[in-house]
Amino acid sequence: MDKLKLIIKREFFAKVKNKSFIILTLLSPVLMVGLVMLIVFLNQKNSEDVRTIGYIDESGQIATILKDTEHIKYIDLKALGIEEAKNKTNKFYYGLIYIPKVDSLKKLANKISFYSNETPSLSLVSAIESKFERRIQNLRLEAMDFDLEKLRSTDTDVDFITENFEGEKSSKIGSVLKMFTGGAFGYLIFMFIIIYGTSVMRSVIEEKTSRIIEVIISSVKPFQLMLGKIIGNALAGILQFVIWMVSAGLLLIIVTFIFGPGATSLNSGGVNIPPEMMEQIQHSSSNNIQLVLAEIKNLPIITLFFSFIIYFIGGYLIYSSIYAAIGAAVDSETDTQQFMIPVLMPLMIAIYIGFFVIENPHGPIALAFSLFPLTSPIVMLMRIPFGVPWWQIVISMVLLIITFIAIVWFASKIYRIGILMYGKKPTYKELYRWLKY
Amino acid sequence: MKNVLKVENVCKNYGSFTALNNVSISVPEGSIFGLLGPNGAGKTSLIRIINQITLPDSGEIFLDGERLIPEHVHQIGYLPEERGLYKSMKVGEQVLYLAQLKGLSKSEAKTRLKYWFEKFDISDWWDKKIQELSKGMAQKVQFIVTVLHKPKLLIFDEPFSGFDPINANLIKDEILKLRDEGASIIFSTHRMESVEEMCEHIALINKSNKILDGKLSDIKNQFKENQFEIGLKSDTPDLLYNTITEKFKTEKSKNYNGANLGLRIQLPKNEDSTGLIKFLNNKAHITHFTEVIPSANDIFLKAVANNG
Repeated sequence: MDKLKLIIKREFFAKVKNKSFIILTLLSPVLMVGLVMLIVFLNQKNSEDVRTIGYIDESGQIATILKDTEHIKYIDLKALGIEEAKNKTNKFYYGLIYIPKVDSLKKLANKISFYSNETPSLSLVSAIESKFERRIQNLRLEAMDFDLEKLRSTDTDVDFITENFEGEKSSKIGSVLKMFTGGAFGYLIFMFIIIYGTSVMRSVIEEKTSRIIEVIISSVKPFQLMLGKIIGNALAGILQFVIWMVSAGLLLIIVTFIFGPGATSLNSGGVNIPPEMMEQIQHSSSNNIQLVLAEIKNLPIITLFFSFIIYFIGGYLIYSSIYAAIGAAVDSETDTQQFMIPVLMPLMIAIYIGFFVIENPHGPIALAFSLFPLTSPIVMLMRIPFGVPWWQIVISMVLLIITFIAIVWFASKIYRIGILMYGKKPTYKELYRWLKY
Repeated sequence: MKNVLKVENVCKNYGSFTALNNVSISVPEGSIFGLLGPNGAGKTSLIRIINQITLPDSGEIFLDGERLIPEHVHQIGYLPEERGLYKSMKVGEQVLYLAQLKGLSKSEAKTRLKYWFEKFDISDWWDKKIQELSKGMAQKVQFIVTVLHKPKLLIFDEPFSGFDPINANLIKDEILKLRDEGASIIFSTHRMESVEEMCEHIALINKSNKILDGKLSDIKNQFKENQFEIGLKSDTPDLLYNTITEKFKTEKSKNYNGANLGLRIQLPKNEDSTGLIKFLNNKAHITHFTEVIPSANDIFLKAVANNG
């Protein structure tokens, strides 16, 4: 046990003292926050400039709906005539809307032109288009003698009250929240396995190529060394994640503090959300804020937390021991590709299955892959927020633990033989033979 | 003499390949034991089994009369042929770590390391990284790691490779000193002159079998072929040569100082040299007369060829 502790300590410090680790750890949060700030900055910059759009409304009925906004100014250029207006727009303005005189409103729909120097912003054009659509629609309705006021008063917004049989209410926002929580945990495990599994593999290859391995295993058992390596790297990884979380959080707070709350909100300006949609969002979110809080409370937080720990440990140990075995089987990192594909496959599939889970958290695909031990750490965690029967979790965990024991056993066998083998890259057949030595 | 290590009937197979076939050796306490054999004979397999890096398929190993258990690694020091250290780790941290893996406490390890670093005059390397050292320098560090925990049994696999003659000598002296202090040493090498110089006992492994073992001096006697190197001074050397060839199996050999006829004579198996001396004494002046003692190199080549 003392030796295991020594190995863990060495692996941990070897990783943590590594320059690239330090740089990555310190720089990543700065980069992340920097990136967010850059996006926000560009967004603000984008929304700062005011676009001027000229219009010529021969029909005289449509353009009245165009009202100046914070970012768009409309100018009536009817007096100039179409050719002159085009010239002027070309030189000074963003675009020119030309509405011809047509005998029926019905025909107008396909007759309006938008002239501009460059291809106009899609969101801007569609925003104006929808304004015009409504205007023309209204005009036609009026022409048919409909009472617009009455018509508007019949507008309805259906919003289901979703509730399960235990009486817990939920909302669409609740589903999004569940999706997000599960996805975040799943991704976290995925990332951690890939980053630190590879790092275990690299550390094994390093010991092999530097030829220190024989000295070490004349003092400790190969299994101890492998386990120490896996744990040491995991601890370094956890430390890195904690540092990232804390520092990114702190930086965001600082940034928000300096630049005002708007700086970190992407909705601060430019994104061209049609006002009525914005209204709807605000309307529903203010209505639902209570419900969201309730949803957070409703999440199976304790189950989620403990499952995360078990799936995290199980998944990481399974994959990192496979990585260790791969590292032991080859002489250099370039030789690892052949063995990496079968390892990455289930991980990729798990992430892909995640989309099905969101669609149908209790469907057969989601169920199967949340039981299959190579994907369960990711898929099951994505499912848990939606509520999973306890027996499924138990089966999945039992399978995970059995697989974990089997894989660690296999991996340690390959590891034990592989670390002393130099020369040509082994084939799968040879690896199988190693199991029997 | 007491044996510090006994290997009894050890077999080891890798799949269908036999690495060791019923090999037994005994390493006497306080001596240097040469483990010899061509490349791929099974020496490294045997050494790894003694170090408990791999387990034998059958057979037993005793250290100091006790059956080998994991704790015994603390009493064995092993310098493998393929050696290296963590490249980006500092020398000091590294040797402390390796010493602790061998069961030394940190403070004990520090004291002993100080002694050795001063002895080899390398104290200023403590904070350097291995990648900043030359190969020979790193080898020195590795030698220290091997002997630091004062093991009963030391196993050196080609200890001199990578050293310049000066440092090789330094290491040789240290190995001899360790033996004088009571350590037993297994010494695996292809440098026969070091075997000649240092080993009291040897074992020769070829194609997974032990084909020879015992005291080097006994083995040499056993491999003598009743050949003699002779220097003669005569007035008529050509005539003399003809007379001798009629009676003995003779080849010309090098010219000895003061002689004008150098010969190598092969006597039949059970004949001793008195007859030869008498015969020669009547005909010429004998300036040289030595029995040909086979060198370790000769023994190696001959034994392996016979076994082939």
